[in-house]
Amino acid sequence: MTSDLDIFVGNTTLIDEEVYQLWLDGYTVSEAVSRRLRGGLLERSGTSVSVLQSDTRDHFRTFQMLERLLHSPPRLCQQLLFQIPPPRQAALIQGYYAFEPALARELLGKKLSKGTKKELDEVSARTGLSLRACRRQFDNFKRVFKAVEELKGPLAELIQQHFLLPPPLARDYAAIVFFANSRFETGKRRLQFLSFGDLAACAQHMMGHWTQGAMTPEAAEPDGDVPRSFLQDLKELKVLVSDKDLLDQHKSLVCSALRGKISVYNEMETNFKALSRALVNVGLKLPHPRDVRDFFVDLVEKVLDPCRSDHWSLGDLRLFLGSYTTAPRALGGFRHQLLWERYMAGISACLLRMYHE
Amino acid sequence: MPGKLKVKIVAGRHLPVMDRASDLTDAFVEVKFGNTTFKTDVYPKSLNPQWNSEWFKFEVDDEELQDEPLQITVLDHDTYSANDAIGKVYIDIDPLLYSEAATVISGWFPIYDTIHGIRGEINVVVKVDLFNDLNRFRQSSCGVKFFCTTSIPKCYRAVIIHGFVEELVVNEDPEYQWIDRIRTPRASNEARQRLISLMSGELQRKIGLKVLEMRGNAVVGYLQCFDLEGESGLVVRAIGTVCTLDKLSNTSAFLPACNSPSKEMKEIPFNEDPNPNTHSSGPSTPLKNQTYSFSPSKSYSRQSSSSDTDLSLTPKTAPSPQGPRIFLFPSSPTLSCDSPHLKKSCLLLSGSALNPLHSSHVSPVVLRKSVSFTEELLLAASGMGSGSAGKEGGPFKTLLRQQTQSALEQREFPFFTLTTFPPGFLVHVGGVVSARSVKLLDRIHNPDEPETRDAWWAEIRQEIKSHAKALGCHAVVGYSESTSICEEVCILSASGTAAVLNPRFLQDGTVEGCLEQRLSWQPGFFSIGSEKGEVDFFPQSQDSSSLLGIEEASPPGCGFCHIPYDELNMPFPAHLTYCYNCRKQKVPDVLFTTIDLPVEAIVIGKGCLIQARLCRLKKKAQAEANATSISNLLPFMEYEVHTQLMNKLKLRGMNALFGLRIQITVGENMLMGLASATGVYLAALPTPGGIQIAGKTPNDGTYEQHISHMQKKINDTIAKNKELYEINPPELPEEIIGSPIPEPRQRSRLLRSQSESSDEVTELDLSHGKKDAFVLEIDDTDAMEDVHSLLTDAPPPSGFYSCNTEIMPGISNWTPEIQMFTAVRVSRLGNINLTNQTLNKNFNDLCENLLKSLYFKLRSMVPCCLCHVNFTVALPEDELVQIAVTAVAITFDKNQTLQANKAPTEKSQQRASTDNEEQLQFPLELCPDPLASQPSLPAKEVLEGATSQTGIPAAQRDRCNSWIELIKLKAQTIRRGSIKTTASLDKTSPLAEGYLRHRSVPSCTNSTVSVVKMTPLSFLPGAKITKYLGIINMFFIRETTSLREEGGVSGFLHAFIAEVFAMVRAHVAALGGNAVVSYIMKQCVFMENPNKNQAQCLINVSGDAVIFVRESELEMLPVQPSTVVSQPTSSGGDVTT
Repeated sequence: MTSDLDIFVGNTTLIDEEVYQLWLDGYTVSEAVSRRLRGGLLERSGTSVSVLQSDTRDHFRTFQMLERLLHSPPRLCQQLLFQIPPPRQAALIQGYYAFEPALARELLGKKLSKGTKKELDEVSARTGLSLRACRRQFDNFKRVFKAVEELKGPLAELIQQHFLLPPPLARDYAAIVFFANSRFETGKRRLQFLSFGDLAACAQHMMGHWTQGAMTPEAAEPDGDVPRSFLQDLKELKVLVSDKDLLDQHKSLVCSALRGKISVYNEMETNFKALSRALVNVGLKLPHPRDVRDFFVDLVEKVLDPCRSDHWSLGDLRLFLGSYTTAPRALGGFRHQLLWERYMAGISACLLRMYHE
Repeated sequence: MPGKLKVKIVAGRHLPVMDRASDLTDAFVEVKFGNTTFKTDVYPKSLNPQWNSEWFKFEVDDEELQDEPLQITVLDHDTYSANDAIGKVYIDIDPLLYSEAATVISGWFPIYDTIHGIRGEINVVVKVDLFNDLNRFRQSSCGVKFFCTTSIPKCYRAVIIHGFVEELVVNEDPEYQWIDRIRTPRASNEARQRLISLMSGELQRKIGLKVLEMRGNAVVGYLQCFDLEGESGLVVRAIGTVCTLDKLSNTSAFLPACNSPSKEMKEIPFNEDPNPNTHSSGPSTPLKNQTYSFSPSKSYSRQSSSSDTDLSLTPKTAPSPQGPRIFLFPSSPTLSCDSPHLKKSCLLLSGSALNPLHSSHVSPVVLRKSVSFTEELLLAASGMGSGSAGKEGGPFKTLLRQQTQSALEQREFPFFTLTTFPPGFLVHVGGVVSARSVKLLDRIHNPDEPETRDAWWAEIRQEIKSHAKALGCHAVVGYSESTSICEEVCILSASGTAAVLNPRFLQDGTVEGCLEQRLSWQPGFFSIGSEKGEVDFFPQSQDSSSLLGIEEASPPGCGFCHIPYDELNMPFPAHLTYCYNCRKQKVPDVLFTTIDLPVEAIVIGKGCLIQARLCRLKKKAQAEANATSISNLLPFMEYEVHTQLMNKLKLRGMNALFGLRIQITVGENMLMGLASATGVYLAALPTPGGIQIAGKTPNDGTYEQHISHMQKKINDTIAKNKELYEINPPELPEEIIGSPIPEPRQRSRLLRSQSESSDEVTELDLSHGKKDAFVLEIDDTDAMEDVHSLLTDAPPPSGFYSCNTEIMPGISNWTPEIQMFTAVRVSRLGNINLTNQTLNKNFNDLCENLLKSLYFKLRSMVPCCLCHVNFTVALPEDELVQIAVTAVAITFDKNQTLQANKAPTEKSQQRASTDNEEQLQFPLELCPDPLASQPSLPAKEVLEGATSQTGIPAAQRDRCNSWIELIKLKAQTIRRGSIKTTASLDKTSPLAEGYLRHRSVPSCTNSTVSVVKMTPLSFLPGAKITKYLGIINMFFIRETTSLREEGGVSGFLHAFIAEVFAMVRAHVAALGGNAVVSYIMKQCVFMENPNKNQAQCLINVSGDAVIFVRESELEMLPVQPSTVVSQPTSSGGDVTT
């Protein structure tokens, strides 16, 4: 006697968190059943495999019906079809939009296009995630990206508003959108030591210091991009490295400030000009779309690697960046003080996050 | 022209994309009522249109208001081609037609399309301005309240319970009209939905008219069903119980004086009042006038002659010189709280030296195998109840019966669809009575004269009535009717519980004799009537006080178990003992009923769901041959179902069944029987004996061994079950109860042999009246299978209990968490060479597995109880079995249960606290002091308002009521809102701490989809129902031509049931309610054609929309407006939680 039709509908929609996770992980019904069996559920609840199968099928069906609504979370909260208590709704949304950092790391800086989606099977092989889970997460990125593409205002808050995500998750999504917009290269082997968390933090720092929203709350431009005006202005900073006097003055100011305070004073003194040149040049390349992609590579190769080989401590780097940023205040011929500090605030925060001793 | 309907279309949201090019929709709305249609403007290019229309006004008859649904259609405007329909909303405006219910319908409704399901939502506001129609020949019945609940609704008080009401209307099914061949499936479905909506409106109006005729103001236990008879048409029929209800909060709010009679009553102890002056023989006159019209029933023609001779004797003795005596006794030790309202009284009439009276005998199973299809097949399934009157009890009962009988005799059918009664209403319970009839359907030629269907039901009801009479009962309670249709064969079934009722509640009947009053029908009639009734009864209470000593010993905890029939002329052989509780009266060994467990019943341990399942193959046949073969099978099925029930009951060590519902379903090539009931151990009934297995071939050694092995297994199971259900009755010395047993049994045998000569009785002896153990003879493999199947029923996993009644006996401390659900399974019976055995096994497994999966699904709620488990079996196709289950899981507090069990005296108070309210409130009117000068005034005024006979004053009061209701409503919605947010915050905290608590959760809550609870029960645990908003009765059709794409049959039906729930919730929320009680899915007809990728499903649901308030919130009530505060008794109910 086979059951053709087998359903269970509760007035309050029943959601089993364990099965939800299995579904999110992209398992098929039979895979999920065998996983649940391995979890020892049968012994604990004294039931049969067929019951477990029917239960799993039922949950999966519910989730499939819910998926359409999960694509626009505010609808999930307004819809009348499934009666779900608000905390449950929040948990469902959070679960659906949660992503594997390894996957996000792979996709950072890539175009969220069909082409990338086709490469997901490789990503799936590398990360050990099922292809289905990869696709769902990729689609989530793309959906969030599309939704806020045209909107103005602080990115993380926009995402939180449109997808009802908890703030930390919304900030991560903001970082992903920021990367997708600015297309920084992150896939190079040299950058592999940076985790998703590192890069997301960098993106947040850059957005925090450089974007329009950081300056005026009622921003006119979307936050996903660094404003062109700011980037154009960065050219003015060239003088710090091109003008020999300014460079020497800058060096002596920093040196006098740091003498006796950092353990790598001598190395700093010998490397100062190279470091300063690298730090300013990164900024000078930012306005050129083709060079932008090298941002992280440059920072690592030209700033962090020399420091690391000289065994700077994180404290040393922090002290150095601090006085390096503030020193130009005492430079007579330098007029772009505000611009400089805004630029350096972002760069310093990124460098400190990226510096793994 | 007494009504103006006003409709406003506010907005839409989440509409589907109708224009692929722009991904948008140009939506507009058509609002149709009767033949009038209004349209809104087109709101271009939006999926969230804001129409904000003007008020569309329909000026209509109230007849039309009752019949017609409001029909709202959302369309997509298309300049070049025809406008595309997006979907529809049907709104039943009936709840707006009576003053105490909702005043406005306003909210978001899902837009429903029969092909696509829910497609967005629409916000609508509906109001009705109603002018009272004073024309007494009117065809409308606005103002009559309808309740699905099968007990007196919680915030009402029954003044009078009038009795049975029924009606049916028939029509052609649009699906079978010629036009259906050329119209789209959508058009056909919509025609059907609309027609059924119309028919149920008409039916309700007609029933309402009957109610007004009976001078009631409400129908309780309203059950409306559809019979899809296919070619021969569509029948919508309904039954219910007419009552005169009085709103409790109203009386206490407006007329605080109403409470005074009960207080005064407390001060005047009835039984000890020595005042002999009031002694009079008042009631003897009406008694003399009584006619003992025991119409001999057709089916018992053999016995009727003997009963007639008996009857001829009794009327002479009735008006004996001393006159009948009445006496009152304060009953119900279970209600011994400090409140003065708790005093409850029962009326018992006693006549001196009366001959035992009985109407007729009934054999346990009366079978008349019908040769022709029209002859119905009957079965008095009453065999379970048995017993006789005690020595003193006999005369009492006899006169009591005479009294109420006279009241009930004048009714065509003394039936009550209620399953729970006010305390004291139910005096004795006889047993289950049921009748079935196999009919051949033919085309209904004249829809306006549905005589044939009426006649069919009338026949069945007549049978039920006579069965009840045979059990010495004058009424049938817990009455219900059902049908099963396959092709052109239809089985009509009716069942109920024969009972003796307290005449006090049937005032209407007792006053029947006072003709002059009857003729001068005035608005105040009822109160005068009831007062009169009271005066009639009162004087006797003094001279009956001498009898007090005798009767007081029979507490109400066991009274209903005492046999109503006569010991000497038992309707069937049975096994009687003296009641284990009071030791005064006789009780049967086993009691089967269709009602809920009475509040006052004393139960030991917990109850459990007991099911009997059975399949019988039958040959495929046509028309008459088919009907005949079904008729021939029915009695055997019924017999086996009862045997199974009895065995399973014994196996659980229990002695009574409540809520018994036997469903027999007919299919192409088989019949299926499914009986569900809740088994309990009643303290008043004797301990059931075990089950003894006896082999037929005792010489075989291995066989013997096998038998003894099985016997051991059975004994083990019984012992285990007793432990599981905590059945540990106090040990009784055998000699007290043992001795009187054999004698009456022999006597009854003797009488029996005189009155009948048939051997059918011994053949089909349902009562199994063996002395101690119950013997199962194993004579062939079939019997072996049966025994095996007995043992396969797995008990629910620990922490789970289940029952099909309202409340689980033995569990009381419910926590407010509830989960109502519907589960449906369709299974294919695969192989062609089916035998009855394999079929039975398959069916049994199907049910067991279904239950198992329910337990598994709900495991997170443990400890919990599945209440009101309602199985429905259908045989949609040749080898398909469909089972649908609707039930509610309620959590309870385990620790408190243990405590409660230690103090069994509190048992009846442990009931859901909502019940308490009823207990507290009811007695107010039960015993108003006849000496007080204006005790009935308040009742009178309320009645005026309710019956709307007085015109202006009533109307004013109505307005006043509704205004206050509005305030209350507002207060409640405000409160509800606040509670919801706090609750959500509470629950979030265990999640990743602080992670999503502060921002995301409130944003979800803001969207204000109010939570609507649904339950098949009549109450909500831990909550108090403050208002009934009206009946919800909805019928939906869903069809698909892309079954695979919608996730196959499971995906299709899953979505549809979820949609039905959503639409019910939306309607309730729009009425301002927050719950549906007494929810029932009456029909779920599912048809599929996988080859064509098609499926269709029809669902009919109903329930009562209510507003409830959490008891925890009630405690804060003093802050609320005084109207709400003035429900003082609720504080008493709170104690229990």
